[in-house]
Amino acid sequence: MRFIRRNLLGLIAILVLVYLFIPIAVVAILSFNNPTGKFNLAWTQFSTDAWTNLCGVPGVCSSFVTSIQIGIIATIVATALGTMIAFALVRYRFRGRSTTNLLIFLPMATPEVVMGSSLLALFLNLRFPLGQWTVVIAHIMFIISFVVVTVKARLQGLDPRLEEAARDLYANPRATFRYVTLPLVTPGIAGAALLGFSLSFDDFIISYFNAGTLVTFPIFIWGAAQRGIPVQVNALATLVFIIALLIVLGSQLVNYRRRRKLMSV
Amino acid sequence: MSPILVAEPAKPVVVAQRRSRTGYILLFPGMTWLAIFFAIPFITLFMTSLQQPVPGKIGKYQAGFELSNYANAMVEYWPQFLRSFVYAGIATLLALIIAYPLAYFIAMKGGRWRPLLLVLVIAPSFASFLLRTYAWRTILSDEGPITSFFNALHLLPDDRILNTGIAVVAGLTYNFLPFMILPLYAALEKIDPRLIEAASDLYASATTTFRKVTWPLSLPGVVAGTLLTFIPAAGDYINAELLGSTKDRMIGNVIQTNFIEFRDYPTASALSFVLMAVILVMVFTYIRRAGTEELV
Repeated sequence: MRFIRRNLLGLIAILVLVYLFIPIAVVAILSFNNPTGKFNLAWTQFSTDAWTNLCGVPGVCSSFVTSIQIGIIATIVATALGTMIAFALVRYRFRGRSTTNLLIFLPMATPEVVMGSSLLALFLNLRFPLGQWTVVIAHIMFIISFVVVTVKARLQGLDPRLEEAARDLYANPRATFRYVTLPLVTPGIAGAALLGFSLSFDDFIISYFNAGTLVTFPIFIWGAAQRGIPVQVNALATLVFIIALLIVLGSQLVNYRRRRKLMSV
Repeated sequence: MSPILVAEPAKPVVVAQRRSRTGYILLFPGMTWLAIFFAIPFITLFMTSLQQPVPGKIGKYQAGFELSNYANAMVEYWPQFLRSFVYAGIATLLALIIAYPLAYFIAMKGGRWRPLLLVLVIAPSFASFLLRTYAWRTILSDEGPITSFFNALHLLPDDRILNTGIAVVAGLTYNFLPFMILPLYAALEKIDPRLIEAASDLYASATTTFRKVTWPLSLPGVVAGTLLTFIPAAGDYINAELLGSTKDRMIGNVIQTNFIEFRDYPTASALSFVLMAVILVMVFTYIRRAGTEELV
């Protein structure tokens, strides 16, 4: 009893973490299921069919590839545009700063359904054909703000003395940027790109409004939810989860090692 | 969605800001993109919401000034509107209660495990949002342990959780929890531990310390967290669609079906516009009353 009282906070924290992972455990466990009916909701029998035959159901893999393609294009463009804005915000003075800040903050404070529907209204009025490109345009639009905020935080955290030192050693502005600023900001940019890709890859609402007949991975899942989600979808989602987790944990480890190395110098 | 708020706390560093053309050149492409594909669509949305049907052609609309579109939409769909805000409000409150202890634990007792714990908070978002929501159909199923437990206590009005509003609120709470945890953590992490020590040195009880020191200092995080949870929850329709019944539809469902299936663009646009307006008003009054302006 005493133990519980003393560690109550820790116990609650662990419970909340477990709660966060319960649905993922369900998704992963059901990827090894062999459901009797169309619906993969209750455990029936162990099977690795979905894992050995990932593309066994028509539409699963093509939608998966579509989402990856869209994610890559949208991430590259949004990361470039967002990083440029972040540099301007931290390093330059310009007129219209508050409007700029507002225009960056608002996309993060707007419900997806509003962004999706207003963009669709624009495309409909322009008679712009819906498909891959409208989805890419939409994704770039909502990812930019997240890139700006992430890169901006990194830039603001930089020690200005490092750049001063480079200048003192007669590095010209270009060399200072190339050999000092950029390497220091790169982890921030990489983090922003990862975040951007995961936002794009998992987006449903904005995509669905602007996709026309295009089927991304989340749109495939949405359609399948009515008639039964194939087990392969669970397997693919589990795979994505594991890969993303490994990437993030790996980068954390690299960071940790680098910091330890710096401290031991 | 937004680990932005975990970003290491930026030390205020004074960097000489230059005023030159380069700043504008850096801003131009990205801001133009946001202006064309984020700001201008609100104007087209507003114009679409005022359109009138072309006589004799079903599903065709022309420019107009039909303010009655708004009145008609609100008369027909006010229950879904109200329900969206009620569901989102309950989910936000639950998320705050669930998130606070974890955020507090990571910030105050996390020590060198902090980065790893934060990864664990974000990690669930790496698995598909739709599938995680769908997984709650299994967890809350009628024969499942959770439903049986509450049924044994006769706590469920419909004898089930799935396909009721309870499931929708449970889904919303779960899905947007990281949005609550991260800003709370960011605020709690900034608190100087010496302030808390000082309180206990002055014989404040744990409860008093929390009420008078920790909670007020964490308010910026509470404000940011409630906004970041409430806004997406109010506009969400995935949870209502996958976990609720037709009686639990939220305003997002209505906007989506009217836009994509019924092609009733003016009604859907009017609803979308009102949703945005209500949320903006709430955000600004809330920020004003809570007195924090550091959201970006």
